[in-house]
Amino acid sequence: MANRLLGSIMVRFDRLSSHRVSRRAVYVLAVVFLVSFILLPPILGITFKLNLAAEVLSNSDLLRRAEASIFWSFTIALSVATLDLLAGLPFAWYIARGKSRWISILDALADIPFVIPTVALGFSTLLFWGNTGPISVLGISVAPGLILVLLLHFTFSFPVVVRVMVGELLAYNTVYETAAKTLGARTFTIARTVTLPLLRPGLIAAFLLAFARSLSETGATVIVAGGFENGPVFIKNAQDAGLQGPMVLVSFTLIISSVTVFALIRLLGNRLKIPINRVYPGPEARLSSSRSVNTRNGLTLLIFGFFVLIPAIYITFPAATALTDGTLQRAISGTGIWSSFWQSMTLSYTIAVLVTLINIGLGLPVAILIARKRLGRLLTTLLDAIVNVPIVVPSVALGVSLGIFWRSFGFLPEFWILVFAHMTITYTYFVQAMAAAIEGIPEEMEETARTLGSKPLHVFRKIIVPLTKYSFLSGAILVFTRSVDETGAATAVSQTLKTAPVLLVSWVKHQVPATQSDIALGISFLVLTSFVSLLVLRLIVYRGKK
Amino acid sequence: MPALRLLNVTKRFGEVKALDDLTFDVKDREYVCILGSTGSGKTTLLRTIAGIIKPDEGEVFIDSVNAGGIAAEDRNAVYVPQTYALFPHMTVLENVAFGPLAKHISRTAAEEVAKNVLRLVRLDKRADAYPNELSGGMQQRVALARGLASGARLLLLDEPLGALDVRLRLELRTELRRIAKESGLTVIHVTHDQEEAMTIGDRILVLRRGRLQQYGTPYHVYNRPEKIFVANFVGNTNFLEAIVETRTREGSTLTLREGLRIRVLDSSFEPDEAVIVAIREEKTQVTPEPTGEEPNRLSGEIVEVHFLGSHIRYVIKLSNGDEIAARVPLKEARTELKHGDWVSVSFDPVNSHVYEYPMLGLQGELEAN
Repeated sequence: MANRLLGSIMVRFDRLSSHRVSRRAVYVLAVVFLVSFILLPPILGITFKLNLAAEVLSNSDLLRRAEASIFWSFTIALSVATLDLLAGLPFAWYIARGKSRWISILDALADIPFVIPTVALGFSTLLFWGNTGPISVLGISVAPGLILVLLLHFTFSFPVVVRVMVGELLAYNTVYETAAKTLGARTFTIARTVTLPLLRPGLIAAFLLAFARSLSETGATVIVAGGFENGPVFIKNAQDAGLQGPMVLVSFTLIISSVTVFALIRLLGNRLKIPINRVYPGPEARLSSSRSVNTRNGLTLLIFGFFVLIPAIYITFPAATALTDGTLQRAISGTGIWSSFWQSMTLSYTIAVLVTLINIGLGLPVAILIARKRLGRLLTTLLDAIVNVPIVVPSVALGVSLGIFWRSFGFLPEFWILVFAHMTITYTYFVQAMAAAIEGIPEEMEETARTLGSKPLHVFRKIIVPLTKYSFLSGAILVFTRSVDETGAATAVSQTLKTAPVLLVSWVKHQVPATQSDIALGISFLVLTSFVSLLVLRLIVYRGKK
Repeated sequence: MPALRLLNVTKRFGEVKALDDLTFDVKDREYVCILGSTGSGKTTLLRTIAGIIKPDEGEVFIDSVNAGGIAAEDRNAVYVPQTYALFPHMTVLENVAFGPLAKHISRTAAEEVAKNVLRLVRLDKRADAYPNELSGGMQQRVALARGLASGARLLLLDEPLGALDVRLRLELRTELRRIAKESGLTVIHVTHDQEEAMTIGDRILVLRRGRLQQYGTPYHVYNRPEKIFVANFVGNTNFLEAIVETRTREGSTLTLREGLRIRVLDSSFEPDEAVIVAIREEKTQVTPEPTGEEPNRLSGEIVEVHFLGSHIRYVIKLSNGDEIAARVPLKEARTELKHGDWVSVSFDPVNSHVYEYPMLGLQGELEAN
């Protein structure tokens, strides 16, 4: 009965979708949402209060700090993205082309820093390199500050480059390499003159993603920064000190400059030529020898283990202590600081569920518009660029602007302001995943289905959704985990309500009396839930493939 | 009553006219082949008829109804792209039942229709297979079955045999026509293979840069090509540049280069006008020595000999430098003829066609597709 009712409702909706007007209405609604919730608030918010920034210009000390913080933000992002590419490319190559049976494990390990919430990563890095860490026995320790920030950023952005480049290398047609080989070229020469030039778009994308991650990261950086300030840390410090002017100034500068730098790399990156005119037979033959390859692989693995994997999972040691020293009992009973922890966890997950649902519903039509270029080439490029803004701009800067904007509507409860901020920050992920997936389905398939008598919504339900369900799920889970993990924007927006990452940062910064065990356990809970969502995704994908 | 009528249909993509003022009719249950090279607008034509793209000008009538306001899903005109576009996540049966289900027929009834159609294309035993488990030929038949099951009256096939190997292509040609005729369908079949178009089409429409070049039965198109393009595209043809010397009611005398003379039956051109003469390769005779009775006798040296299995093809350089090719059936071929031999070449005036000298020159006209 219920099935039949649902069926007849669907039939009605299918029929409705045949009308151009109703299809347009859906697209218009989605674009209006994009403009009014994703595009305009960050732009308008900051311009509302731009006059506050003027007070900084007269305070030379503050101004110097602000300038320095922005300089360091870009310097760190550029150097880290470059290092990521240098170390990540051989690693990705090894995963994509290696023949060892351990490769699939290595592949999974490479994802770990990716799925650990950045707050956890920050604390883990702090402990690993700190003066009580494992390598302190060698007399090596890195105090909070610039170097530790660099190390941290390398840890969390390395997997981004690896993920992108493994995908590119696996999709790459090796027939060109075979052709080059039969023409007498050595493997290193082939990689340099054939493969890498052809993978240039992937290299640029990987570089940009790593760059954006570094520029945007707030939660973990705050933990390891000490007295050092990059843009996001400066904003956080200014907020803690109640200085609105500097906050607005740096946010504004970061938003404008990050968008500009991105556009520049996008435009100039395509002109960048990998030199292929010359071949150096001697040196390149030596670099192609199995000894060189083994040395390179060994070095790559060492870098991965020592600078990425171990610092990322070091947190498990103090977390293990927390299981036995009574912290776990206090956590479960929810006494002391733990009562606010569980409230924050509930808040984080409630926001994540809402944000995921809204972004799916209103992101889907935009994904279709982009994938099918329904608005023509120029408008599609523009739409695509707008969708990408939230991941390009440092989230804390975005948060500052969003906070100002949404608070100007006095009637909005803080909860909804938090929801809106998370919505903006995570919007890109689902739309991008779905646009790519839909683009992969030949348009002919839809057209043929239409000529077979299928209404547009029917085509969508029966053809597009089943064929893109894995991207749908991974996009949704990415939105969900990113929302739970988000620190920068949440820090900037939150006043009385604290999401879990924001609360944990305040624990680490000793703004609340929390022990090391408390912090480690709290972070572990966040990590655990993050892992569970990833596990669910893998299981679903695995079952689907079977 | 025509099943389909196009009236002055034009479609532009930017500066390019993909369809240029096309007007033609297709009769009910007729099998029409659209013949043209890559970029001639064949696919655009199919997609316009299907309602996937809207023409910029002109109208499409299906069963005498102006289809302008009818959405693709309501036209009963099924488009089958070259890739077949079988839905990879559905079985063969589900693919074929998709059309009826989309029209909200009950599942049992839809599957019944699908099974019947699968029997017709002899794939009922593979109903539970997924498209990627089938051979190219089977996939092609599923695509066809899917179209039939949807209750379509008009089938739009885009290079339906293009992705198959030669032997299968020959087999499926007749199969396609048989199924279409048995099911009473009107079919528009797009191809760039002239032999395919001739074997299977009731009529052939030759398309070039979006413009209709000729529309008629295979016999008519082959034997009376109305344009140099058609003569060149359909069959194997020699083209010679000439000037009209004299003309009478019975025909004209033309001068080739270096003063060689030939007779043709055409008398539509004025004396001194530059023209192009076309002669089919298989209508050109080659003999070791002139017998004295053949019309239009020319002589030249064999410069190439191609063995084609059933035929031998000779390329002869005439005494004036022009080249002419002749295709001789193997059993009539004089096997002693070889490269370098001086031979006599002739053709019957009946078998020649004369065309206005093209603006681009002969070579320009032949190279532009």
